[in-house]
Amino acid sequence: MKSRTANMPPPQTHPLALIAELTHRCPLHCVYCSNPQELQSRDSELPTEIWSRVFREAVDLGVLQADLTGGEPLARTDILDLVKSARAAGLYVNLITSGLPLDEPKLDALIAAGLDHLQLSFQGSTEDIAAEISGTQSHRQKLRVLSWLKSRRVAVTLNFVIHRRNIHQLPGMLAIAESSSAIRIEFANVQYYGWAFANRENLLPTRSQLDASLAFIQQAQKRLEGKIRVESVVPDYYAKYPKPCMGGWGRKLMLITPSGEALPCHAAKIIPNLTFDNVRDRPLQEIWLASETFQKFRGQSWMQDPCKSCDRREIDYAGCRCQALLLTGDPAATDPVCSLSPQRQKVDAILTTINSPALPPLVVAQLAAPVPSGTGTPACAPTTTHPTSTPNQSRADTPATWLYRPNPA
Amino acid sequence: MMDEMTLDHASKPRLAPGVRLGENNSQRVLLMPERALRLMGPSLEIIERCDGKHTVANIVADLQKIYSKAKPEKVAEDILGYLQLLQKERALDFEP
Repeated sequence: MKSRTANMPPPQTHPLALIAELTHRCPLHCVYCSNPQELQSRDSELPTEIWSRVFREAVDLGVLQADLTGGEPLARTDILDLVKSARAAGLYVNLITSGLPLDEPKLDALIAAGLDHLQLSFQGSTEDIAAEISGTQSHRQKLRVLSWLKSRRVAVTLNFVIHRRNIHQLPGMLAIAESSSAIRIEFANVQYYGWAFANRENLLPTRSQLDASLAFIQQAQKRLEGKIRVESVVPDYYAKYPKPCMGGWGRKLMLITPSGEALPCHAAKIIPNLTFDNVRDRPLQEIWLASETFQKFRGQSWMQDPCKSCDRREIDYAGCRCQALLLTGDPAATDPVCSLSPQRQKVDAILTTINSPALPPLVVAQLAAPVPSGTGTPACAPTTTHPTSTPNQSRADTPATWLYRPNPA
Repeated sequence: MMDEMTLDHASKPRLAPGVRLGENNSQRVLLMPERALRLMGPSLEIIERCDGKHTVANIVADLQKIYSKAKPEKVAEDILGYLQLLQKERALDFEP
């Protein structure tokens, strides 16, 4: 039996997974990166010993799984020690990686260190699209990683991030997955926060694209049942009800940033007037149970109408606080993607623009800048805007100008 | 194409790569990508036999002995249902 800190019984509601953003450094510059726009520097990253303590505290709190992510988690030179310590603490260890820094010896060392599950992210089914989206030549290396994984005992998930520029590639993506050793595929539409929010007008698929993709995915799920778990995440702007974001605020998940701040979700730092405890200063259990931020939108007392009297409030927990802020200006509002939201027309207006066949000039992301020097420049340099499209051309066919995610200092 | 997955009773189920037993708060759990299944009583006894050595038929016979007061066909039905659920989750490989 493990000793429990301060003789406290495990709390009734405890997080099931700890998302450990080990670093914001990354060789890719994806235009929909889920990291915040203010990236944390290498100097501010937590050292190995503090991460090891956090993993032990997480297990005491009831956490079952650790998601080692980034940025690119393999950019940490102590990644093997981090995998070992997470596993030794008693966690199921997931690594969410681009695969770029991998070679066969490194892969073997990770598995020997206790890695349970490797999730490889893909930007498309072909090098050209993948390079445009990630600003890096990376696709061929990912295919190499898949060939190495075939002969090794580790669970493999392929994560395809879907949007308007690659949604037509689903058959190619599925073919890559079927020829690999993956037991799981995620077709995850981009969610619109941070970098993706800035690039939204270039990423959001049209209704007809989405419908076709969902029909394809449903067929794949049926055909591959028992062989590959095929999971699908829709862009919630098209949904009738909001997603239960993070399984509810402060209910299932805890995210630790590279510098040690504990967050209820990836984007929470955009919400004004929240303060974030740091794992350097306060034990995880205390942060989870007692910090003002984790309690802020927990439960129902903070909800407004129509959520507070809605039958679905225990299903979707009023949706996403960050999306409410981004689209309505109020983080406590009903997530405006909900068809019951008094502000749903804001989402509908965005969809009308995206689905309009006679397009206005493509919106250029205001901060558009080429990827800074360092790991490379975008393989596909940003193009200028394009007022020349014909009236019948769908927005889906038009070239895009991207705001690439840079590398932190 | 089959409408329902069928299990070969002579095959030997084995936990798939990246699927393993874990423990949390003295509770046994089956850990796998993005999932954790709580195990108790019969489910744990089934999982412990998914070792690539017991056939499906062996597992059924073992549990029919352990749960000798239950109807044997009910025990068999429950086990097959549970193995199918695990197969759907991709938690098991079935070795010939």
